[in-house]
Amino acid sequence: MAEIAIRDALNQAIDEEMARDKTVMIMGEEVAEYEGAYKVTRGLWKKYESPRVLDTPITENGFTGVGIGAALVGLRPIVEWMTFNFSIQALDQVISNAAKMRHMSGGQLKVPIVFRGPNGPAEYLSSQHSQAIQSFYAHIPGLKVVAPSTAYDSKGLLKTAIRDDNPVVFMEAEMMYSWTGEVPEEEYTVPFGKAAIRREGDDVTLISFSRPMRLLEEAADELATQGINAEVIDLRSLRPLDEDTIYASVRKTNRVVVLDDAWPVASFGSYVAWLISRNCFDELDAQVELVHAEDVPMPYNHNLELAVQVSTEKVVKAAKRVLYME
Amino acid sequence: MASKSKNDTKSGSDSAVSMNLKSYKKDFLFSALEKMLLIRRFEEKSAQMYGLRKIGGFCHLYNGQEAVAIAAAMAADMSRDYMLTAYRDHGHALACGMDPNVVMAELYGKITGCSRGKGGSMHMFDVEKHMLGGNGIVGAQIPIATGVAFAEMYKKKVLGQKDAGVALCFFGDGAVHQGAFHESLNLAGVWKLPAVYMVENNRFGMGSAVHRVSAVEDFEIKAVGYNIDGMQLDGMSFIDCYEGIGKAIERARKDSVPTLIDIKTYRYKGHSMSDPAKYRTKDELDKFKAQDPIELLKSAMKDAGMITDEDYQNLDKQIKQTVQEAVDFAENSDEPAIETIYEDVYV
Ligand SMILES: Cc1ncc(C[n+]2csc(CCOP(=O)(O)OP(=O)(O)O)c2C)c(N)n1
Repeated sequence: MAEIAIRDALNQAIDEEMARDKTVMIMGEEVAEYEGAYKVTRGLWKKYESPRVLDTPITENGFTGVGIGAALVGLRPIVEWMTFNFSIQALDQVISNAAKMRHMSGGQLKVPIVFRGPNGPAEYLSSQHSQAIQSFYAHIPGLKVVAPSTAYDSKGLLKTAIRDDNPVVFMEAEMMYSWTGEVPEEEYTVPFGKAAIRREGDDVTLISFSRPMRLLEEAADELATQGINAEVIDLRSLRPLDEDTIYASVRKTNRVVVLDDAWPVASFGSYVAWLISRNCFDELDAQVELVHAEDVPMPYNHNLELAVQVSTEKVVKAAKRVLYME
Repeated sequence: MASKSKNDTKSGSDSAVSMNLKSYKKDFLFSALEKMLLIRRFEEKSAQMYGLRKIGGFCHLYNGQEAVAIAAAMAADMSRDYMLTAYRDHGHALACGMDPNVVMAELYGKITGCSRGKGGSMHMFDVEKHMLGGNGIVGAQIPIATGVAFAEMYKKKVLGQKDAGVALCFFGDGAVHQGAFHESLNLAGVWKLPAVYMVENNRFGMGSAVHRVSAVEDFEIKAVGYNIDGMQLDGMSFIDCYEGIGKAIERARKDSVPTLIDIKTYRYKGHSMSDPAKYRTKDELDKFKAQDPIELLKSAMKDAGMITDEDYQNLDKQIKQTVQEAVDFAENSDEPAIETIYEDVYV
């Protein structure tokens, strides 16, 4: 198997689906001639040309709506948001239209569209440009929401997203694009609604998704040096959510830490923590811990921004709390 | 000041010869030159310090566009007018009279920075100097500036304030297509707001040349749709900018009417420090550098006998000193304490 970067795994998924189905197209700011702000669309404009690979003006609300309209009548657009920070301008189209069209039409319409781009904190960018807003989308019925953490899943989930007949919000992370991982030569897809157990263990369950998965791996390594065997779960898909895998693990370990790099209030992580408390109450030996970003906007100064964000150390501490070691 | 023209004729290389200093006083022009040069040297130093990783993140430089912010600030009365711009904001911050020390310290993320290390390059604020930011979301400052203009109109009409302040709103050619721009201009037209909307048309939004993403290349024509005045200016000419923006400010102040100005300028550097700017030719860049706003004013002043090469060199030396002091100040300032993350969230 070839070891490739996440940005290239995403590129392959888009390329293969565009080759397979002529109704698939991609639009967004700088996706064509500039080959993407983060180079995810490298080479695609040269291969497929405009209008299949389409540069847009800086008009998120407008072009997101255009994608939705095109999806209603037969295209399968991929809308790239340069970052999720700018998707806030398009929230109205996503929430009011993409998520509602099927419902409002009594099941007549479908909206096969993918909204994708980097979500989550970056570095030295201050508060408008560095935030984890997965909860905004995960909150909305009518949307599917996925967030891979490996090259393999990035490709497999994106292919599934493009083929799905529902609007899919696909969250990547700027800091993850250069991470590498094995991707097979042959065709494959990864289904939605199936979590991955990254590491098996009996002492404590650690749950997260997207870029913070790396912190869980590091925390599990650190805990292992202290004789603690953590089970590490990558949710991969937020909507639909694989509750069974979560509960099975918690019933085995009886202790759980949920990591979500968003703010704590009404976050996806807090929802998962509530689900566990609700459904595994009798099996829990400690209260569920949620590791989250500090409840403040992201500062520019590097020391401050690191202090605001989730970290391996914070996960280890939380794990020790549920193990009554702190 | 130019009339509305169909073509992009506003910055031909003949501007140098044709720049007419008219009756401008030497001190005034010298001050303009000094301010523009301060921005240029400050930006050069910012680039250098970015290279040394003293500054991080997105850092958008203003080199080439200096005449716009300086002309606007000098035409305005910054004790009552306000400036709002996007993330390419170091020049506007300095134009408003912000201390280079606190601007550089903000780039360094130090506690002595204007935003206490919270904002960085894209978010220069100074309430006392009437600099209301530094906005990172393309087009987002346009409704905010419109709100400032609304409040100034309100203060005059309802609170009996004598003169209205004017909102000076700057944004790039890329921002013109945002709904926020169109919604704002309509409101300004309907409510007759004292605002001056300035497109700093530096020909590119990131890697997109204007013609690739815009149905028209001259933006002043959009004023018609909102029943407000439109104007086109040569952003490489300090005098053209000063006179044109000055007229718009005067109208806004006296008659409470907005103006949309398309200012043809050019950005010398990449979009931000990480952009190699492969989407344009060196020839194109050189063509614009040949009408550099600072060089143009300097040579016109020289021709008029207002300045010698030696004067200019002395000025430059002094400015480089000021910029070095800003770096020293930033270097010697403290990092913000970790507890400050909880500050500045609520009043
Ligand atoms: C709403 C939004 N979308 C996208 C971006 C990313 N972005 C930052 S600057 C920029 C280009 C803006 O160009 P222009 O308005 O012409 O201003 P200039 O950079 O040339 O000064 C883009 C696309 C953003 N900051 N905000």
